[in-house]
Amino acid sequence: MKASPTSENIDYPNAVPRPPGELEELKRIWASPKGFAIVTDVNNTNVGLWYVGTALLFFILAGILALIMRTQLALPESNLVGHDFYNQLFTMHGTVMMFLFAVPAVEAASVYLLPNMQAARDLPFPRLSAYAFWAYFIGGLVFFGSLFWGVAPNTGWYMYPPLTSYQYSPGDNADWWLLGIGFIEISAIAGAIEIIVGVMKTRAVGMSLDRLPVYSWAMLVFAIMIVVGFPAIILGTVLLELERAFHWPFFIAEKGGDPLLWQHLFWFFGHPEVYIIFLPATGMVSMIVPTVARTPLVGYRLVVLALIATGFLSFGLWVHHMFTTGLPKISLSFFSAASTAVAVPSGIQVFAWIATIAAGRVKLTTPALFIIGFLFIFTAGGLTGVMVAVAPFDWQAHDTYFIVAHLHYVLIGGMVFPLFAAFYYWAPVASKCRLSERVGRWVFGLMFAGVNVTFFPMHVTGLIGMPRRVYTYPQGLGWDALNLVSTAGAFMIAAGVGLFLFDLARNFRMASEDNAGNVWGAGTLEWLPNGDYATRSIPTVTSRDPLWDRPGLSDEVEAGRWYLPGAPTGGREALVTSPIDGRPQYVLQIPGPGWAHVLAAVFTAAFFLLLTVKLVMPSVVCAVIAFACVIWWLWETDPGPTRPPVDIGGGIVLPVYVTGPMNHSWWAMIVLMVVSGMTFACLLFSYFFLWLVNPGAWPPPGTTLPSPLWPLLAGALYLAGSGLVAYASGRLRGEDRRRPPRAVPACLGLAVALILAASTADIMAQLRSGLSPEAHAYGAAVYAIASLQAFFVATVAVMGLYTIARWWAGKLDSVRRSTFDNTMLFWHYATAQGLTGLIVSYGFPRALGAG
Amino acid sequence: MDLGSTPDRPAGWRRRAAAAVALALPLLGGCRGVQSALDAAGSDARTLERLSWVLFGGGTAIFLLVTMLLLYALFAPPERRHWLGTRRTIVVGGLVFPIVTLTAILTYGLVLLRVTNAAGGGAPLRIEVVGEQYWWRVHYPADGDAPAFTTANEIQVPLGRPVEVAVTSTDVIHSFWIPNFAGKIDMIPGRVNALRFDVDRAGIYRGQCAEFCGDQHALMAFDVVALEPAAFAAWRSAQARPAAAPGVPLLEQGRLLFARGGCGNCHAVRGTEFSGQLGPDLTHVGSRRSIGAGMFPNNAGTLAGWIADTQHLKGGARMPSYGSLSGEELRAIAGYLESLK
Repeated sequence: MKASPTSENIDYPNAVPRPPGELEELKRIWASPKGFAIVTDVNNTNVGLWYVGTALLFFILAGILALIMRTQLALPESNLVGHDFYNQLFTMHGTVMMFLFAVPAVEAASVYLLPNMQAARDLPFPRLSAYAFWAYFIGGLVFFGSLFWGVAPNTGWYMYPPLTSYQYSPGDNADWWLLGIGFIEISAIAGAIEIIVGVMKTRAVGMSLDRLPVYSWAMLVFAIMIVVGFPAIILGTVLLELERAFHWPFFIAEKGGDPLLWQHLFWFFGHPEVYIIFLPATGMVSMIVPTVARTPLVGYRLVVLALIATGFLSFGLWVHHMFTTGLPKISLSFFSAASTAVAVPSGIQVFAWIATIAAGRVKLTTPALFIIGFLFIFTAGGLTGVMVAVAPFDWQAHDTYFIVAHLHYVLIGGMVFPLFAAFYYWAPVASKCRLSERVGRWVFGLMFAGVNVTFFPMHVTGLIGMPRRVYTYPQGLGWDALNLVSTAGAFMIAAGVGLFLFDLARNFRMASEDNAGNVWGAGTLEWLPNGDYATRSIPTVTSRDPLWDRPGLSDEVEAGRWYLPGAPTGGREALVTSPIDGRPQYVLQIPGPGWAHVLAAVFTAAFFLLLTVKLVMPSVVCAVIAFACVIWWLWETDPGPTRPPVDIGGGIVLPVYVTGPMNHSWWAMIVLMVVSGMTFACLLFSYFFLWLVNPGAWPPPGTTLPSPLWPLLAGALYLAGSGLVAYASGRLRGEDRRRPPRAVPACLGLAVALILAASTADIMAQLRSGLSPEAHAYGAAVYAIASLQAFFVATVAVMGLYTIARWWAGKLDSVRRSTFDNTMLFWHYATAQGLTGLIVSYGFPRALGAG
Repeated sequence: MDLGSTPDRPAGWRRRAAAAVALALPLLGGCRGVQSALDAAGSDARTLERLSWVLFGGGTAIFLLVTMLLLYALFAPPERRHWLGTRRTIVVGGLVFPIVTLTAILTYGLVLLRVTNAAGGGAPLRIEVVGEQYWWRVHYPADGDAPAFTTANEIQVPLGRPVEVAVTSTDVIHSFWIPNFAGKIDMIPGRVNALRFDVDRAGIYRGQCAEFCGDQHALMAFDVVALEPAAFAAWRSAQARPAAAPGVPLLEQGRLLFARGGCGNCHAVRGTEFSGQLGPDLTHVGSRRSIGAGMFPNNAGTLAGWIADTQHLKGGARMPSYGSLSGEELRAIAGYLESLK
């Protein structure tokens, strides 16, 4: 913490005093709607807090489920709850904690924190994060409500078929999981796209990659992992629902399917999921530790490398959840090695924090206590993690209470404790008062003791034979006393959380301008003076701890001396910066409150939930309304250069509209294409996996392959469609802005017809050859590829028609063309995916010698 | 863990050690049991148990090291702890140290991976087990002169001879686990997995399903008996024999009721007209230690209660409750089954 000696002789970009009315204007523009209309708000400070609050609600609800389970298990042969309810309880506890608490909680925290930490006015797509929130809020509550009707999922959060397929789970329970959670995963992906673009594009001036807060790095890795990992579970969910609803046998052994395919898809998502939860928490720790130790983080670069390495490695070790499935020892060896290797980057982070603590001087505040507790518990959990990475040990430990102990040590230690540290640490940013230090110590003490009392004995319980997911156990196997102790510990944790809620109720009052302020003397930008508009002006940063290196920064920012002190476009705006070095690129006009995204979320949720309970017609109606709302929402975006470039101060004049790779929506489209590509890649993986389990029967004997003319025709149609769109792009570019050529809509319209014809030809060819999707996994896989492609083709067709409508309405020209560019990108993607699908579906069986 | 006997050492050490042992014994004693991975009764299980203790020992040492460093970083005087607050700490503690220790652990683990659940030690005794919701179909194929036979929910093995259990499932995924003998292996529809182990301590053990398989996953266990080879041969030949005809009128009455109730549609009793294949083979059900897949000790009383009230005792099991039978009828059927030794 040293004051920069040069802080006085700098040229500020903007002169003070600022013109009268500028601040009032800024406040008016960013003010939240009043009354019930508050639900239309999109400001990240409000949406972020609702989001965090909802995640906390699910944490409490899932915790209550755990208490019921622990009460049932307190004594052997207990009859408090029956098997059916217990099986719902443990399934819902896992599912809610993972999908409705952990992932949303860290996404929620970042909706609140990221823009503040990067001195951005808001996230680049405020309505998208609000949409993700509302979808999650409504979908999550209804999903949880399934418990009260006794129809909650009851087959484990990992949903292994065949138990979850139509034969052994004929009720709606499994559909609640597949549709409810599938839907919430989509919301998580929406959030991830927002975070990637937010970290890359909306930062303080000069906040280059090596000055990015560690938390931003962690969220970037987190979001990329979601983008890469979640498609696997979404695809798996779709395949399982196709099997349940239409009997397409992907996982049924008698019909050429394989239950292990699900396990690969699930854990390819499921293991990274653990790090998806853990990395944002470590990002928080890396922000809190320097503040409580009052010294910069030691080993910033190593920590960032460790985050990236964890992200990479976590995708190479999913098979360690399958060590007992009878895989060859050679693959066990590989995944055993990969699983131990992932301990290294975690070790780097732990020692970076220890080094920082040693370099500084820690004051034992509540956040500091939670960090220390985190280090203890997480280290213990990490070590048992290394143990279970050793395959022979895992043969004993797998699916026992040892694993229950291990996973709660890493998840509570690695995520819940940092989150509670974060609650205490960042409450002064969001609240008028900080939380109570005195109560906080008790919260920490109860939770820390409770976690160890609950979960430490479980290591032993598991190794002396108690399997997981049992609703009762016989007396006399030596498990009785250990279980009783665990139950007592669970109530200690509950007491700690209860006390925290009391503290929250007593001290937490939402605030922006009048928040408690920088009570810890922290050095990062979220502690700048704040309002609904975030910071008054956007500073240049020259280090990783700007407030420490420039003690006057807060006042300068507040006075409006730095960039963009007002709202020159007359609406909400964000400063978009370059991804590497944080140079200002343009002033993005971002949308304010609105109903479109809220209604879209409500009706998307209604669509999925009504479909779950098989109310098909009402669900279709909701889907149509949701779709209309999305179009309404999008219609207002892509405003074009509504005004000349604006001066943000310091002689920097920036455009208010750009297209191409500088544009924030171009980035979002690229990320969406990665999501799509991963989904398709997982489907191809499934296809080839099923081929490997059916040696010599791919396609099964008696199958007639369609004539090769069909795929050639479809491929030509795809290419012609893409070619027309590319031609239209050239025509659009060259023209006078005021008279966009008629060739553009004509080409687009024809291209829509061609791509629809291509997909139809593909499906017709298979249908005409008499291939059935129900008879064998081969047919199921082929139709799955064609169906996924049809979904993309339908999406592209809608985008094409939408783009034509924009032209019709005079909202598309040679400059204002982001909509066209994004449509074109996705179009080419769909063509590439279609061609790949044709080669696999038609070419591969022929290459094997069939036909 | 034979920690009780210690060689002569200096007195102070001995007192401390005695105290430590006194504290540890209940815990270690608690680790013994008929379903415990820490009470190995075979060479593979012993290898895994040794691995467990090595991992606990190493893990505890590393945990203490890290926590001591953390406490030192927190509480040592600033000038003393200064050396810890540099990048070198991260490189040594977070990079070099884990790579060295993890490589050692991994090497050890991979060696054990090769030697456990491996072929060797002569021709194994083969047992085929099929997991079903929520019980175990057990088949002993013919072995030399000994003929094949089928039983359920109980496995007996001879000491000193390798055993190979081939497992699969006909419905959902289960997992076969006898912790005292070996690790677990999943029973997956469409796949046959094998588990090899040997047993060197006679006794009665317990196995349990380790993969959640539906409503009554918690109540899907089985008995395991390890016998001297001669005793095993005797058991095996007894199991292979057809059921004895009931010699007493009450038992004959039970057999008739068994027939009239349609029990033979699902259950087989070799040597009779009952040949159902859906449920457990009952040819020698009276010889088994427990009923309901490890739920209750096997006697006429529990058998009668089970028949009358299956769905209450184990809701979701495939067998219906026969609550309409009178007490006398139940006693007769239970007596008949009990007589099938």
